[in-house]
Amino acid sequence: MNKSTIALIVLVIGLILLPFIQDSRSILILMTQIFILGVFAMSYNLLLGYTGIISFGHAMFFGIGAYSIGLIMRYYEPTYLYFLFAVVTTLILTAIVSYLVGLLTLRLHSHFFAMFTFAIAGLFLVAAEKWRSLTLGNDGITFKIPDFFKDRVIFYLLSLGLLVLAYLFFRRFTQSPFGKVLQAIRENEKRVESLGYRVFHYKIIANVISGMIAGLAGIFYAVSLRFVNTSVFSTEITLDALMMTIIGGVGTLFGPILGSAIVQFAQYSLMDLAKVHWIFERWVILFGIIYIVVVMFFPSGIVGTVKTWFTRRNKQILGKKKPEGKKSMESSKADAMKNILKGEVDG
Amino acid sequence: MDTIIETINVTKSFDGHEAVSDVSLKVSKNELKSIIGPNGAGKTTLFNLLSGQLKPTAGEVLLSGEHVTSLSPTYRTRKGIGRSFQITNVFPNLTCFENVRLAVQSKEGVYYNMLSHFTSHKKINDLAHEVLSTVLLDSKAEELAKNLAHGEQRKLEIAMLLALDTEVLLLDEPTAGMSIEEVPKILEVIKQIKETQNRTILLIEHKMDMVLDLSDSITVMFNGALLADGKPEEIMANEQVQTAYLGGLYNESS
Repeated sequence: MNKSTIALIVLVIGLILLPFIQDSRSILILMTQIFILGVFAMSYNLLLGYTGIISFGHAMFFGIGAYSIGLIMRYYEPTYLYFLFAVVTTLILTAIVSYLVGLLTLRLHSHFFAMFTFAIAGLFLVAAEKWRSLTLGNDGITFKIPDFFKDRVIFYLLSLGLLVLAYLFFRRFTQSPFGKVLQAIRENEKRVESLGYRVFHYKIIANVISGMIAGLAGIFYAVSLRFVNTSVFSTEITLDALMMTIIGGVGTLFGPILGSAIVQFAQYSLMDLAKVHWIFERWVILFGIIYIVVVMFFPSGIVGTVKTWFTRRNKQILGKKKPEGKKSMESSKADAMKNILKGEVDG
Repeated sequence: MDTIIETINVTKSFDGHEAVSDVSLKVSKNELKSIIGPNGAGKTTLFNLLSGQLKPTAGEVLLSGEHVTSLSPTYRTRKGIGRSFQITNVFPNLTCFENVRLAVQSKEGVYYNMLSHFTSHKKINDLAHEVLSTVLLDSKAEELAKNLAHGEQRKLEIAMLLALDTEVLLLDEPTAGMSIEEVPKILEVIKQIKETQNRTILLIEHKMDMVLDLSDSITVMFNGALLADGKPEEIMANEQVQTAYLGGLYNESS
C-alpha cells in the first residue's frame, strides 16, 4: 500500500468521525453538499478529464435524478420502497437519455457537441418550468422522505459512503483496460481507431456511466434539501462541475473532490464576509478571478500541479544515478554500417 | 504466390487534384514491397487508402480477395492491416508502456473490460514489455510519450505497429527523423520481421539505398501514378525511373 492510499484511508476515517466530534449543523450540511457535488464533479471528470468530451449539459442528468426522487416522493408515498423505485427510475432514465445524447451528438466534435448538450439541457429546463401541473415550475416542490434519511448525521454518512464508492469505482474503472482506451481517445482519437477500437462505443459507454452517476448525485442533492426546483437543470450546475473539475485537477481522481470542497468552502466563507464588505456578497466575481488565475497558471489544476512537482522531484533523484551511455562506440558502428549500405548502392 | 493486398484502379482526388490516380497494385503474401517516389508522389495517400483513413474517389481495395473499400480503419485493423504513421502519431500524455499496451490489448481482443485492473492482464503487460525491448525503448517504458525525443517517438510508433501483430504491416517512412545511429537498428527490426516469413510488409521510404537490399520488390510512384513495379534490379535498370526519380536524386548527392 502506498502513501497516498494510507492518507486517503486516514482522511475517510477522519470524515466518518467528524459528526461525532463537532456538532455544528451548518458544517455538517456543508460537508454533505461537498460530498454530493464531489460525486457529480467526478462523473463530469470522466467525460472531460478522461475521455476528452466537453459537455455543457451535464446538469440534465443531475436534474433527472433530483426530479425523479422529488416527484415520486411527493405524488406517491415517502416509503423505502418508493425511494428504491426512484433510484431505479433515475438510473434507467439517465441511461436512456445519456445513450440518446451520445447517439445524437457524439458524431459531432468538441465544441459542436458542447453546444448540442447545452441545447438539450436547456430543453429539460424549459420542460420543468412549463409543465407546471407536475413540477410547479420555478416555485419547485417540497416533499417528504423516509425518516431514516432525515437524520443529518446518517445522511452525512450515506453521502460520504456514496463518495467513497464512486471514488473506488472510478479508481478501478480508469485503471481498467476500458479506462485506458478512454484516455487514449482523449489523447488521439484517430490513432485509437487505427489500433482497432470502435471509438464510438467507448464514448457512448463513458457517457452513460457518467450520466447515471450524475443522476445518483442529483437524488442525494434533492434529498438533502427535501426540495427541488428548476435550478437543478440550470447551466450553473454544469458550470459548478466544470469549475470544480478544473480547479481541483482535470483527469485526476481526487481533483474533483478537492475542487468541490474548495468551491463550496469558499462560497460559504465568502458569504460570511458579506458583512465586512459588499463585494463578498458577489462572490461569483471573486470566483471568476480565481478561475481565470487557475486556468492561466495551473491548467492541470491543484492535484495535477502537485503531481507534476512530485514526479519532477523523483526524477531529479533518479536522474543523478543514471549511467553515461557508450555512445561513441555505437555511433562509429552505425557509420560503418551506413557506409556499407551506401557502397552496395554505388556498386 | 497469393495476393494479399490488391488495389484496382484506385483514385483519390482532393478538390480536383488527383493525389493518387488510377493505381492498380498487387502485393503478394509475405513479401516486402517498398514504395518509393519523390515528395508529393502520393505514397502516403496510397497508404491512407489501404488502411482506411481515406476512402478512394474511385476504385477498389481488396484484402485477400475480400472487398474492404468501405470498411473503417477500425475494422481493417481487426482484419489484419496495421500501419505506422509518417508524422508521429502516439498518445502524448500516456507512458511509452501504456501506448504499446493499448496496441497489445487490441490484438488480444480485450476491448470492453471495465472492472479488472490492468495489471491483472499479465500476458498483455509481458507482451508490451517484449515489444518495447525489441525497439530498444524498455528503459523509457515509464516515460510520457511527449517527453521522448523525436527519434524515440518514431520507435514507439513502430513498436505500436509491431504490438498489433497484424498480417500486413504498412510502414510509412519508419526511419524519418531518427538519429543516424538508430537507423540500422530499425532496419534490423524490419529485417527480422521479414525473416519470420509470415508477414507482408509495405514500406514507404525516401532513401533508396536503405530499401534496395531489403525489398523483394519495389514500386515507384510519380505524380500520383504508378511509374514502375518490379524487382530491385529491374527498377535500378529502368530508364524511366532513373530520369524521373533516381537520376535527379543521384546527380544531386554525388
